[in-house]
Amino acid sequence: MIGVLALQGDVREHISLLESLGANAFGVKTLEDLEAASGLVIPGGESTTISKLAVNFGLIDAIRNFVATKPVLGTCAGLILLSKGAIGALSDQQLFGGLDVTVERNAYGGQTHSFEAEVEFATGSERVAFIRAPKVVDIGSAEVVATLEGEPVAVRSGRVMGASFHPEITGATTLHKLFLESI
Amino acid sequence: MSQEKFEGTDLVKRGLAEMLKGGVIMDVVTADQAKIAEDAGAVAVMALERVPADIRAQGGVARMSDPDLIQDIIDSVSIPVMAKARIGHFVEAQVLEALEVDYIDESEVLSPADYVNHIDKWKFNVPFVCGATNLGEALRRITEGAAMIRSKGEAGTGDVSEAMKHIRTINSEIAALSSKSEDELYVAAKELQAPYPLVKEVAQSGKLPVVMFVAGGIATPADAALMMQLGADGVFVGSGIFKSGDPAKRAAAIVRATTYYNDPKVIAETSRGLGEAMVGINVGDLPAPHRLAERGW
Repeated sequence: MIGVLALQGDVREHISLLESLGANAFGVKTLEDLEAASGLVIPGGESTTISKLAVNFGLIDAIRNFVATKPVLGTCAGLILLSKGAIGALSDQQLFGGLDVTVERNAYGGQTHSFEAEVEFATGSERVAFIRAPKVVDIGSAEVVATLEGEPVAVRSGRVMGASFHPEITGATTLHKLFLESI
Repeated sequence: MSQEKFEGTDLVKRGLAEMLKGGVIMDVVTADQAKIAEDAGAVAVMALERVPADIRAQGGVARMSDPDLIQDIIDSVSIPVMAKARIGHFVEAQVLEALEVDYIDESEVLSPADYVNHIDKWKFNVPFVCGATNLGEALRRITEGAAMIRSKGEAGTGDVSEAMKHIRTINSEIAALSSKSEDELYVAAKELQAPYPLVKEVAQSGKLPVVMFVAGGIATPADAALMMQLGADGVFVGSGIFKSGDPAKRAAAIVRATTYYNDPKVIAETSRGLGEAMVGINVGDLPAPHRLAERGW
């Protein structure tokens, strides 16, 4: 069973994308839910909000533990939360870690500069959405999974993957397929 | 290698609203309130000069807020900031877009600037949220380019009965559409006063093509959970938080009840010891000219 962290964000889109690829997926809101998941998706949403809720609802330690031991995929807000450092986030922002990268929040600009574009995977290109998207500004030891204009927009450190964009909004399947293969 | 970027598409405008799902959007009038909202786990804030309860109490013409106030709030939080323009006032909307707010609310809470036309929202890169009391109104706003719908309720009352009426109306009208045969949809479009292709899309998918939040009268954690159980994608809380006895605590409690809306034990726990709720006004006691939900058409 694949869990999708369901504190806030576009949970439904991730669940339907995973199900369309033949996986069983459910929303994760509690410690018990987390225990039942063999992999976890951190969806798009507001990274500040998801982080505060994870703290306020007493889930942050369990999520960090999950990220350290099991396959995890994060999109947009999920990438920010999985990074080791986020420029432009609140100074006391709690991150989940897992990816050896530093990101900059809203680095492509605010909502008026949100856009759709084709990103390049090793296997080909796919159209995805960048919405108030974060940018990977320091890739550390992570490997590149997808690029836009030569810059990394999806990255991987071991079993943890993160993307600046939303494949779940356009229905692009490559990233979720890679994630499911890792489980 | 250069890859083309397509800004301001339908999909990215509607997409931002998808990211707000499951969240609470709070009205704030100062940067300090915005920080309290952010700390409590709000997913966005609505920057205003006066909350609806005060607009109602003080009367007069309610307009777009001072850009200084909006800028101050944008600078003080990391979550998205929305701001309100008067219905039909496309220059207020241009100003808000220039300020780079994340969302514009074309709102009946302010005094309408045009009693005939709403803003042509396709002309903007910034997405719009608009109020609706029924399905036809929601579809007309989407036709004009709204990327998110907010059922209106009755703002500034703390009385949830209108919010209840509007979400139930929209849900039951969608259900009725879904049960119609294809050849009945032409007349349905005429009756809803909405374009046929959009009516057909809703009939087939069984839902609006954009996110729908609920607003107007939500004052307690149980109110918020009630709206979520009825199928809302999230809630707006206006006067309900900062007109209450302990805003920080109430804000956090409403957020928690919105996430765990299906868990009565959590809602019970989070409803304890919140102090005074906003006093409120029963909608039935409001004379018709003071009902904000009737603005917009």
